[in-house]
Amino acid sequence: MRDVAIIGTGQTRFGRWDKSNTELFCDAALEAMEEANVDQKDIEALYAGAVFPTFEEGQCNIGGHLVESLHLGNIPATRFEGACCSATIAIRDAYMWVASGFYDIVLAGGTERALLMGTSLATKTFAMAGDCKYEGNAGITFPGMFAMAARRYSKIYDIPLDKLREKMAHVSIKNHKHGALNPLAQFYQKMGNLKVEDVINSRMICDPLTLMDCCPFSDGGAAAIIASADIARRYTDEPIYILGAGQGSAGHLGAQEDMTKPASRVFSSRSAFKQAGLGPKDIDIMEIHDCFTSAEIIASEAIGFFDWGKGADAVEEGQTDIGGRPVVNPDGGLMGKGHPIGATGAAQVHTIAEEMKGRAPKGNQVDPVPEIGMTDTLGGGFNTLAHLILGRSRR
Amino acid sequence: MKEYYILTAKDFYDGLREDKIFGLRCKECGQITCPPLPTCQWCGSKDLEKTELSGMGEILTFTLIDVSPEGFEPHYIICMVKLDEGPTIMGRLDYDAEKATVKNERSQELIGMKVKASHVVLPADVYSGGEKIVPLFKAL
Repeated sequence: MRDVAIIGTGQTRFGRWDKSNTELFCDAALEAMEEANVDQKDIEALYAGAVFPTFEEGQCNIGGHLVESLHLGNIPATRFEGACCSATIAIRDAYMWVASGFYDIVLAGGTERALLMGTSLATKTFAMAGDCKYEGNAGITFPGMFAMAARRYSKIYDIPLDKLREKMAHVSIKNHKHGALNPLAQFYQKMGNLKVEDVINSRMICDPLTLMDCCPFSDGGAAAIIASADIARRYTDEPIYILGAGQGSAGHLGAQEDMTKPASRVFSSRSAFKQAGLGPKDIDIMEIHDCFTSAEIIASEAIGFFDWGKGADAVEEGQTDIGGRPVVNPDGGLMGKGHPIGATGAAQVHTIAEEMKGRAPKGNQVDPVPEIGMTDTLGGGFNTLAHLILGRSRR
Repeated sequence: MKEYYILTAKDFYDGLREDKIFGLRCKECGQITCPPLPTCQWCGSKDLEKTELSGMGEILTFTLIDVSPEGFEPHYIICMVKLDEGPTIMGRLDYDAEKATVKNERSQELIGMKVKASHVVLPADVYSGGEKIVPLFKAL
């Protein structure tokens, strides 16, 4: 295994687009390639996260069309699908193929047009990430899963549900505050000053989660150029090194011991920490998969930042806001920035890289510039988890 | 070739149609797997035998779905039930929806409630490969 770096990243604005999945991916990819100063002939493989291009616009087998659009010759192109975790598993595989020495430079990223499906079909397709026979057929939805997790959390830790809802609201308040300051965010200049009541009293989606407990459906693309660390400085003065990567899996929720302590996330994050030789205390900045308010809290505990049952207090006390540690979702997260599910993991990487270069938008930038960052991406009901640990310095 | 599934999803659904919950007893560790898998969900053994469960259990958690997927009509309650024999399965809860919302200060008391399984048949959609047979839990 050799060291690997990210030499360029790109992200489209997230929100509603009249561009195809291919166009969104390529906009982000070309931005990443320009930043990295890579020539088309330098890229040896393309890995793309895309979850529902078939449902959205009748496009499967998207890889070749991406390669053709970018004029990358006839290099191999592979679509990765791990629900909302797709782009992170694409980047993790790019990392491993480069680390192994098989490739020197791989383009990895993702794309999605979830808004094209509308709420009803999007809710249906997202639910397909659970077990189709034993979960999807019952009519469960993803907000429903995290609504059940919130009630379970309330019960296990003996936090009255109304108190827990107030604590959960602070995830939405924090992430929307950051998203409102991010020009690439779906809710840029919107909802930057939410109050607890605004979250709790918004429209109920899956009791007790309201609309403001949920991330939006989104369109968008994001990409990163993954290269051997030995050649990274030929392309950039600011390589961001991949210090560790992890991935984990689990089946239907009932087979998981405790939905508030997702074992697949513990496995994945520990794998990444072990490889990096680092622990939760070393992380300055964190992109957490905040698909729902309860989801960010559960993740912050499972990764190891807070004791079990203490994540809700931590966000209420501002420990994960800018100025706290670790800073969680300074770009708005999924909730404020948007969640084009195939692209989300690559957008998380884009944010960490921008933060490490001191180029994040005003109000998002962490000061001093973070040295160690981490991404956490979730697919389905803890069915696919992946983590990347990134650093400004080589190990 | 050998078929490894002793109990398939179709067998499980066929049981549910008669309000029966079928599971698998592991001949190595003695524990119960449900819904069916080709391996014991606890120890991984393939040495399993089909068994009918009591259908009794208690609610671990639940939610009232207000925004439903295409093909489903809100509002309905989804719940996770820990069956008396050990495994946890997802199903619907037959209960007053209003009492399962945060507007009811005592809604959390549903957690731990003893229930027994029956079933509900939901119509097929384009993707479901036939009718959806879902456990429907009722308070004891």
